[in-house]
Amino acid sequence: MKVSYKWLKQYLDLNMPAKDLAEKIERTAVEVDSVAVAQDGLKKLVVGHILSMTKHPESDHLHVCQVDVGEDEPLQIVCGAPNVDVDQKVIVALPNSRIGGNVKIKRSKMRGIESSGMICALDEIGFSKDVIPKEWADGIYVFDDDVPVGEPIYKYLGMDDPIIDLDVTPNRGDMLSILGTVHDLAAIYDQQPEIKKPVVDEDSSLNIDQEIQATADDQLAKTYKLRVVEGVKISPSPAWLQIVLWNAGIRPINNVVDVTNYILLKYGQPLHSFDKDKINGTVHVRLAQKGEQLTTLDEDEHALSADDIVIADDDKPIALAGVMGGFNTQIDDNTENVVIESAIFDCFKIRKTAQRHNLHSEASQRFERGINPDGVQDAVDEAVSMIKQLAGGKIARGTVNASEYHPQLPTIYITAERTNHVLGTALTTADIKSIFDRLGFSSETHQDGLNVTIPARRWDIFRDADLYEEVARIYGYDNLPATLPTGRQSVGILTPTQKLQRASRTALEGLGFTQAISYSLTTTAKAKMFLMRQSEETKLLWPMTQDHAVLRMNMLSGLLDDVAYNHAHKVDDVALYEAGRVFYKDTADQIRPEEVEHIAGVVTGNLTNPLWNNHVSPVDFFQLKGMVNQFLVNLGVKGDIEYTATDQYPEMHPGRTANISIHGHYVGFLGQIHPRIAKQFKIKETYGFELNMQELIDLPKDDNQYQTISKYPSIKRDISLVVDDDVTNSQILAVMNKRGGAYLSDVRLFDVYEGDNVPDGKKSMAYSLTYVDPRETLKDDVVNTAFEKIKKRLTADLNAEIR
Amino acid sequence: MSLRDQLTEIKEKGLADIQQTSDLKALNEIRFHLLGKKGPITAALRGIKELNPEERPEVGSYANKIRDAISEAVSNHRETLENAALNAQLSAEKIDVTMPGKPVVQGQPHVIQQIIDQIVDLFLGMGYEVLSGPEVEEDKYNFEMMNLPKNHPARDMQDTFYISKEILMRTQTSPMQARALEKHDFSKGPLKMISPGIVYRRDTDDPTHSHQFHQVEGLFIDEHVTMADLKGTLITMAQNIFGDKFDIRLRPSYFPFTEPSVEVDVTCFNCMGKGCDVCKHTGWIEVLGAGMVHPNVLEMAGVDANKYGGFAFGVGPDRFAMLKYGVDDIRDFYLDDVRFLNQFSKRGN
Repeated sequence: MKVSYKWLKQYLDLNMPAKDLAEKIERTAVEVDSVAVAQDGLKKLVVGHILSMTKHPESDHLHVCQVDVGEDEPLQIVCGAPNVDVDQKVIVALPNSRIGGNVKIKRSKMRGIESSGMICALDEIGFSKDVIPKEWADGIYVFDDDVPVGEPIYKYLGMDDPIIDLDVTPNRGDMLSILGTVHDLAAIYDQQPEIKKPVVDEDSSLNIDQEIQATADDQLAKTYKLRVVEGVKISPSPAWLQIVLWNAGIRPINNVVDVTNYILLKYGQPLHSFDKDKINGTVHVRLAQKGEQLTTLDEDEHALSADDIVIADDDKPIALAGVMGGFNTQIDDNTENVVIESAIFDCFKIRKTAQRHNLHSEASQRFERGINPDGVQDAVDEAVSMIKQLAGGKIARGTVNASEYHPQLPTIYITAERTNHVLGTALTTADIKSIFDRLGFSSETHQDGLNVTIPARRWDIFRDADLYEEVARIYGYDNLPATLPTGRQSVGILTPTQKLQRASRTALEGLGFTQAISYSLTTTAKAKMFLMRQSEETKLLWPMTQDHAVLRMNMLSGLLDDVAYNHAHKVDDVALYEAGRVFYKDTADQIRPEEVEHIAGVVTGNLTNPLWNNHVSPVDFFQLKGMVNQFLVNLGVKGDIEYTATDQYPEMHPGRTANISIHGHYVGFLGQIHPRIAKQFKIKETYGFELNMQELIDLPKDDNQYQTISKYPSIKRDISLVVDDDVTNSQILAVMNKRGGAYLSDVRLFDVYEGDNVPDGKKSMAYSLTYVDPRETLKDDVVNTAFEKIKKRLTADLNAEIR
Repeated sequence: MSLRDQLTEIKEKGLADIQQTSDLKALNEIRFHLLGKKGPITAALRGIKELNPEERPEVGSYANKIRDAISEAVSNHRETLENAALNAQLSAEKIDVTMPGKPVVQGQPHVIQQIIDQIVDLFLGMGYEVLSGPEVEEDKYNFEMMNLPKNHPARDMQDTFYISKEILMRTQTSPMQARALEKHDFSKGPLKMISPGIVYRRDTDDPTHSHQFHQVEGLFIDEHVTMADLKGTLITMAQNIFGDKFDIRLRPSYFPFTEPSVEVDVTCFNCMGKGCDVCKHTGWIEVLGAGMVHPNVLEMAGVDANKYGGFAFGVGPDRFAMLKYGVDDIRDFYLDDVRFLNQFSKRGN
């Protein structure tokens, strides 16, 4: 709502700069989007009088004008506007002036003729094309004759008026009007504005009942009123009214429509004017019938829904109620008799209709947020009076009331004790009463508190909590003390799950992964990658883009997007992890997905930068495996971590991927991203893992345990064996661990070799075995016996050749 | 030449030889030669028996002095030579300490995570519990129980991704208020919780909008919790996250689930309150919404609104991070550019 400071001053004694007023409004009532004075940034624009005019010799549309700008000599200005004419009072941009868009005007020559300035159209001095009246849309603006020549133009166009643009919250529909704003400012500044009731000069010869009839379903329109003015003469509105409207962002149309918009601004009551002679029979407020059509004032045709409220005559819809009038009954230049509608339509229906037809008008915005039921009659009364004043005609006696609604004013009981209990203040009943007095809420003492009666213009207030807010904001939030809660104590600690989640993040960061946060909403194709279990996808009903249309069922695809972004920006080395949720659905019928915590990571390129003393090699499967394994060790899940080769994930390299299980529970996988997928994402060789974090949280944990470190020396034995290619490290380890004896404490694979001296289809693997006895010094022959046993079993079970 | 004179001569020559030696091995040889059984002192002392018995002790003692002097001189000179050798080694080992150290591997927490952890830690310290809720939420919790019935105009403030008519991507973390209120047993103590998480809005991504962002919801309900307590709590948070010099102000606003509702501004980061383009010359920047929990919300969750009440607030960590670090495009948080993420590597703040 764009509020004119000058208009407010008609009711209130306000002397502060507009910026200060805006600040006060912002801190006490509603947010202020901006404070703007249209003339700011403009320079040397004055009223000029065109004394004479000749055609430009070199042009068929330019004119050479002699313009009196209040100086000794008239200025010669070349003008191309189609409507320029002798004797007009016009906007003149003097030489060295500044017009809209920060454009400087200089003395110049136009096709050889000297031009000392410019005669301006409204849009050239900063007016939005949306508010310029049609008559001035395609040419220069012409002032009324009484505007003095040579004066700065600003006050004659309302450009000196500070316009405060209020961002009204949905609850404060009352502030979508000048009077509502005046009431609130009156409370803020403790003033008593005088708001006059309109007086209607009715014509006794015309009786409303004979002029028009109406019916209304009061479920659709709680209040529905019509008044009639006959014999009007349609013309442009006077400048003062046009200024009021364009400063509020509304385009002036004519003296009848402009009055309805003026009343809308003043009362917050949307009105609609019909050409009475275009209405056939009775006016009805009803729901539209299926198949009905209506062309609205903006000349768009709408297929109506059975949920739209329409105003109809006996034949056809004539307006989309509360949203926009119909083209078929609009006021035109020949209109003589007008019907003015003032009503309250059902807010929910209006909201739906405005959404359905994508027609969000000044009217619909107000109906949606509520209307002051006590202002409906005043609004229409003032409207018809103004129309008579500006367009002439006779006002028919009386008002058609097809429906009428006057709510019982709510009375709310509040006490100082309860108010202070909620706000933390120390106000007395008298303090509170004085705040209600300022707000114009009548209150009387009752028991220990006050019975407060809420005027109809504040329909947002209906319970005690609403009144605490009124007290708090008028008292001032700055005056509120700042304390910390006292009372019952509580302990703030993270749950074991939350602790583990934190630990998981710091563990991965310690291992070199930086935390990423990618989007949960992705494409269908990406959502379905790297599936750890069978799942249907969860789709949005109305996605904004196909890029974010489906909920992810894996974390890796988002991380691959991140890698791609980094690669595209010449960052080759990436190590990222992300902790978040994936969304699974067991069946397509299931609507709400299950949300499962996952944690995933990717690495590509080098972990550190190559330097003079740092000779790096790109990450590979085993690098990642070492990191993931350490991570799993850090989490302390009870049981052995096992890695088994798998080719079950179509997006992973079939020969370089392992499923991970702990104590027999499948928890995730790691490996190389399939080269085909890497190519699709436009990324280099990348390795990744994805783990079901929920599973890791739920599995039993080992606490840290202390074991005495053996004081006795350990004995090492190395063994080198040649085995078939398909014998795995894990098979060899299994044999060693099973047959290694009580003192085998550690086995390390220190070399793997294929090539010269090793037959085709075979590989050589070398292990270092450590034996230790925690209780006494181990004897060589004990170790030798154990070592021989291992050799024998390896030969027997795995056909290993010991070298 | 008297025996004494012989000894003096041996000493002087010996000391001179020691001083001239520049090598440890030669020094050892000199020592061995002078002090050994076949050395000149031993040889000279053989003549002692030719002296008067009265003279013998004096010469014997003189000989011992000479031995000691030579021994000491050898030891001193050895130390000198050893120091010189060590210094030569150190000087040969000199390196350019300005060359870079060997890189180590270290990852960083995401900047938004850092802000969330900071908020969480602050409120843990004040006795709040941390709750997390579903990202795919029921309309009932996201809107209806937050006092936003169907058709409520305030629903327009939050464009929503729906999955079905009743199921949606949560637009706020506020549904955790309703969920926590429903579950909490007030006979066991106050309800104090914060709930961080991801929320979704049907927005087109641009520098100031993201269809996915974060919120931290806070809720404190007990028998006597005031709006002044809310103000004090929010000041504590602002100063903890941004610094001691920051102040807050409350402005009236509207959220269907709180009454009174306030918008909370914090001192402008850019000008520290003087007024600049960033804060539109107000000196303040809007950072969060808060208010006293609406009695309807309490009642819908089965809590006696006459007995219990309190405050709620919703913080946007994305916005906090943007303000704190001057990030001017919210999308930067979700692109995961390593060069962006690794800037936030300072710990302990």
